[in-house]
Amino acid sequence: MEVTTQEFKHCDLITVKGRVDSSTAPQFSKELEKATNNGRYKIVLDMIELEYMSSAGFRALLATQRNCKRYNRGEVVLARVPERIREALELAGFTELFKTFSDPIEAVGSF
Amino acid sequence: MISTTFPARFEYLDEIRDMVAETARAGGFSEKTIYSLQLAADEAATNIIEHAYAGVKNATLSVTCEIQGDKIIITMHDTGKSFDSSSVKEPNLKADLAERQIGGLGVYLMRKLMDTVRYESSKSGNLLTMTKRRE
Repeated sequence: MEVTTQEFKHCDLITVKGRVDSSTAPQFSKELEKATNNGRYKIVLDMIELEYMSSAGFRALLATQRNCKRYNRGEVVLARVPERIREALELAGFTELFKTFSDPIEAVGSF
Repeated sequence: MISTTFPARFEYLDEIRDMVAETARAGGFSEKTIYSLQLAADEAATNIIEHAYAGVKNATLSVTCEIQGDKIIITMHDTGKSFDSSSVKEPNLKADLAERQIGGLGVYLMRKLMDTVRYESSKSGNLLTMTKRRE
């Protein structure tokens, strides 16, 4: 798993690549916390190169969304979610908790 | 039938998913179903490592994968704490962000993704059997 962060004026664009499971989820959480610890609560998560995500990854997403939405200070939105991962998120009832975009630039522009 | 014993550690989830995918692909399952099978196996193994073997060192987990007719059968055997699946409440998928619980999601996903999920406990340990038919 690999995470890269690009800072824009109004939000951070975080790209996650590879596989997020119980083994890599702690690192994924840590990368997301880097943004929120810097006071960056508006986050676009680009998932185009994400191959796999288990509920361990969903847990990290949920914790980050809670943190970001506190005091209305921000939000995590998802961009380019691969079909299989979207289906699993849907099964877990997570799609209602995150706005999704097909274009990351549009997602960045939404903030 | 393929049978492999893995160290009960999260670093081996990758190999467990690969083993399931390999068997399912040879059995003619679609890539969409293979993803579901991998996710179910991952959630099952994660629960064993996290709960059955919580804090246990050098534990192992035996996984078998088999195609029987139009069905794939995945089993996992461990010697940790037994698991009462009926004690796992269904997660409330309609709860809002603040109330959303993540516990129980793994078992819920397994049940949704597979046709059957069965737990048995005996003196020799716990056996989980999951099956899914080729669509």
